[in-house]
Amino acid sequence: MYVAVKGGERAIENAHAWLAEERRGNTDIAELSIAQIREQLSLAVNRVMAEGSLYDPDLAALAIKQARGDLIEAIFLIRAYRTTLPRFGASEPVDTGIMACDRRISATFKDLPGGQVLGPTFDYTHRLLDFKLAADGEVPKAPSRGAETGTVPHVTEFLNREGLIEEAPHDDTPPPDLTREPLEMPAERALRLQALTRADEGFTLGLAYSTQRGYGRNHAFVGELRIGSVPVEMDIPELGFAVEIGEVILTECETVNQFTGSKTEPPQFTRGYGLVFGQTERKAISMALVDRALRWEELGEDNVGAPAQDAEFVLYHADNIQATGFLEHIKLPHYVDFQSELELVRKLRREAGAQQVQEAAE
Amino acid sequence: MKDTVSEHNPRKAWMGLLAKAPEGRVATLLDAEISRPAFTWLRAPEIGSTMVRGRAGATGAPFNLGEMTITRCALTLETGEVGHSYIQGRSKADAEVAALVDALMQTAMASRLRETLLEPLEAGMATMKAARATKAAATKVDFFTMTRGED
Repeated sequence: MYVAVKGGERAIENAHAWLAEERRGNTDIAELSIAQIREQLSLAVNRVMAEGSLYDPDLAALAIKQARGDLIEAIFLIRAYRTTLPRFGASEPVDTGIMACDRRISATFKDLPGGQVLGPTFDYTHRLLDFKLAADGEVPKAPSRGAETGTVPHVTEFLNREGLIEEAPHDDTPPPDLTREPLEMPAERALRLQALTRADEGFTLGLAYSTQRGYGRNHAFVGELRIGSVPVEMDIPELGFAVEIGEVILTECETVNQFTGSKTEPPQFTRGYGLVFGQTERKAISMALVDRALRWEELGEDNVGAPAQDAEFVLYHADNIQATGFLEHIKLPHYVDFQSELELVRKLRREAGAQQVQEAAE
Repeated sequence: MKDTVSEHNPRKAWMGLLAKAPEGRVATLLDAEISRPAFTWLRAPEIGSTMVRGRAGATGAPFNLGEMTITRCALTLETGEVGHSYIQGRSKADAEVAALVDALMQTAMASRLRETLLEPLEAGMATMKAARATKAAATKVDFFTMTRGED
């Protein structure tokens, strides 16, 4: 039976009015501007862009403000906005080899061309609260040093020269797009990478960590981690050639993984790949580890039943908007559903009670 | 046969430069130099998205990384030149001025605009990039050997 009920409009309106007031907080405190969020909470902005799957720092900052700092809610807002945009096309694949690197490190090679460039990192900080930040806003100028010009080669190129690492041969197959067609199994690597780059950071991190702890272990080293800006080029049909339409900041992680060889491949290193919008290195490293774990089949490895090897499990649960949508809907009114459950439990108890009485009588 | 690549190259270069310019910068430079000519819209500024792609393992098969916001428009000058713009972000004013400069670069004004608009714009952006690169360079690790373990 379906029972439609009405009511609650005024309660909802008043709840939203109160939400707006609570969002603003104490009006004696200056209001946050979008520019302040964009400039000073930039890693939150980057996460919202990556998982919202839309590169636009101002929109991400607005979403964070509107969501009161709830990043999954902010990602939800960005995803919803994204669906309203007409799509003008797809870019040429970005060339991370010409990245203007803010940061570029390798855990596998100490002396590599281009060097170990730390960039603006939390690494090697002592993780002690800095009370100076609570006091004044003066920041000493960051030192500078003469920079070498030119691009920085990818670390895997060195291993490639000796044939010690699997190649990623050039390919121009148009990739599937999970925003256009439903995600279906089996998912090829291009689809997995799209799902992973917009996946929830916490979920991806947990899965990656599980592979390190032994659930589908693949002995990953960070061959290279680089963060910086790359130009985005798109073919303009009315002009008949491609032009640069902008620049995005990306984090790229290439892992170098142990591989003992298979029937067709000699022992060599294999690779996992992470590429994420913004400065998002925890996510990019996690993505690379999970990507590598999901490649067990094509590399002829054993399926040890680890969660990170199970593409269906990983890809169908990695999207925090799908997850939160389904999870949170159970708090919305289910009065009629629940009424039927209630009736059922009452009936079962009556029957059980009657049986007990009968047994006692016998 | 014309070499289409070299024929298109200068236009490709200036369109790319205009697309990456900081917000409002092209308008400031253009308005300081000339009063804007009249034009008609072929396509009024429109906000949309582009799917940005990457490659698996940096060099392998392409995959969809996520979208970016983009604004495009097209216009015609009274003298007939058509200007296009496709620029990152959601600024219709910036898209308009970029298309206008694209059209004007096809007129006799090209060399003047190259000197007073494109070159200063490029220099300003190069300075910003260089400033970042020098900060990155200052965080480069200089390893030195403390001891060797042979003896």
